[in-house]
Amino acid sequence: MTVPFRRTLADREDVLGGAMLAPALAYVILLVGVPFAFAIVLGFSNATAGSLSFGWAGLANYQTILGDPIFLRALRNSVIVTVGSQVLVVILATAAAQVFRTAFLGRRVARFVLLLPWAVPVSLAAIAWTWIFDSTFSVINWTLKAAGLLHGWLYWLGDPALALLAIIIVQAWRIFPFATVIVLAGLSSIPQEIVEAAIVDGAGFWRRLFRVELPLLLPVVAVAVLFGVVYTATDLGVVYILTGGGPANTTHVLPTLAFQRGILGADLGQGAAIAVFLLPFLIVVAIGMLRLAHRTEVGGAGGAL
Amino acid sequence: MAGIEIRSLRKHFGDLHAVDGVDLSIRDGEFLVLLGSSGSGKTTLLRMIAGLERPTSGEIHIGDQRVDGDVPPRARGIAMVFQSYALYPHRTVFQNIAFPLEASRTPRKQIEEKVRWAAELFSITRYLDRYPRQLSGGERQRVALCRALVRDPKVFLLDEPLANLDAKLRNTARDDLKRFQRQIQTTTVYVTHDQVEAMGLGDRIVVMEHGKVRQIGTPQEVYEDPVDTFVATFVGQPPMNLLDAGDPSLPPRTLTGFRPEHFLPKSVFGAGEDLRTFRFAVRRVEYLGSDRYVYGSIAGSGAPDATIIAKLPATITLGIPEGETHEFAVPRRALRYFDTETGLRRKG
Repeated sequence: MTVPFRRTLADREDVLGGAMLAPALAYVILLVGVPFAFAIVLGFSNATAGSLSFGWAGLANYQTILGDPIFLRALRNSVIVTVGSQVLVVILATAAAQVFRTAFLGRRVARFVLLLPWAVPVSLAAIAWTWIFDSTFSVINWTLKAAGLLHGWLYWLGDPALALLAIIIVQAWRIFPFATVIVLAGLSSIPQEIVEAAIVDGAGFWRRLFRVELPLLLPVVAVAVLFGVVYTATDLGVVYILTGGGPANTTHVLPTLAFQRGILGADLGQGAAIAVFLLPFLIVVAIGMLRLAHRTEVGGAGGAL
Repeated sequence: MAGIEIRSLRKHFGDLHAVDGVDLSIRDGEFLVLLGSSGSGKTTLLRMIAGLERPTSGEIHIGDQRVDGDVPPRARGIAMVFQSYALYPHRTVFQNIAFPLEASRTPRKQIEEKVRWAAELFSITRYLDRYPRQLSGGERQRVALCRALVRDPKVFLLDEPLANLDAKLRNTARDDLKRFQRQIQTTTVYVTHDQVEAMGLGDRIVVMEHGKVRQIGTPQEVYEDPVDTFVATFVGQPPMNLLDAGDPSLPPRTLTGFRPEHFLPKSVFGAGEDLRTFRFAVRRVEYLGSDRYVYGSIAGSGAPDATIIAKLPATITLGIPEGETHEFAVPRRALRYFDTETGLRRKG
């Protein structure tokens, strides 16, 4: 048998790399890049659904939405829901990771159950939650009532503030398993000897947690939060199914409002403007977090944390 | 300042008896080395003293305080240096050394003073603002010692602190460590698998095997008067030669042991010396600069295939041709006898 003397494709790493990346690249460009660019373009147009006319509108769409109290409210809600749910997630995930780290009977089952919210389709989960928050059958209310803690009645999805709280809870519930798994992985990457050194050095549980473990977890938590922020800020399903933006447009977040205006209301230009409004902010947040993660990793050449 | 008393201490991990009934009395200010191969239980013993591991049974007393029950590590007055040094990677050297002081709520000004004092002692003052990853292995090791020192511990626990250093650095670090311990006079328990380290550092050495103490003694006692064949072959490099000499003057089932450095060509001994001679069939000679190792076997012994090693210092220039049989001898005072079955030392 002779060995071919010619170079084959497998020998040419420069070409091979490109060839293997091409399918993924094509996929991302066609299904993410093009619609994304299209959305940005739409934001500056007066295009409407059901018509093929396309005219430049400049910044008119942005002027309109910035003068619109419903949009401003949705923007505020988006920020509240994203920040609120992520704060909740970080606290819960860190606590849960501590629990899941210790060995106990049925830990494998518990870990599996933990991951369920992550695997359940959003729509299905949101429907279950509408029942939990139902104005008549709310399990929360009945439980509180039975425990003697509640005297009136909570209209979870009927009261704007409570509805927002409900949305935060559901969003946190969705991201929490994923964050826990990430934090758990981060915890197990902390060398046991460092934790023991802290114990011998006289640090109690809280000092160990806040001075040793959390700082070492920071890069990992930053990544988890980054994912959480993106997932929550861009999510349409939870709010759409839970409240549909109601009552009286008080619980809209940007994605639901964009959907309402752009698709249901047929004003594609304005919908697109709403949808991409948060983009610059999200990019700034993402860059900030990635830098934070990186800085902690290399020990902050100059900066203390 | 405090000694440590350990009484019938045991630690079982399921069926594994990691520490299997250890009694130990460590004197105040002593440098005690726990020597053993991996799995001998030496580290588990150290971790139980530290409070990182809970004994299955037995007692540990540090000073006049019994600590084996619920006394947490921070209340035991100990400081520990880990093999990996376990420095906090996100903290500067200063913050690393300050950590135990912060944990004991020392006033900030005092922390500053103490850290500077310790850093001065180990000459790492110029690294105080660096992060551990910016330091070399030797510097990290000194930071770890500093961090242990600032707590003013009653007892230092060191878990193979030199194992991660390269050979050259290890010698200086060993010397530094010994000088430092002499200076501060704090009881120190030091775990190692390296017998050279153990011999060089320890006031006394505890040789451990399978969770049990085989021998406790000064380096000299352990080296010259091993209590059994395990200690005899574990301590010393190359190990003690053991051989069934088939000597009719000895009781049956007796192993004769002698150190390679005592096993020399007969011609180098003085006339008046009381010698035991052997016919040594030389297989191979290894030239090591300061020494020559001569490998071979003893003709006419109970086990003619067993490898016997002679260690000839460079001062003996006598030619030893390979493949020939030579007259070698051991001074009788350097012979040690062991029971073939039990391995225990026999008097005589």
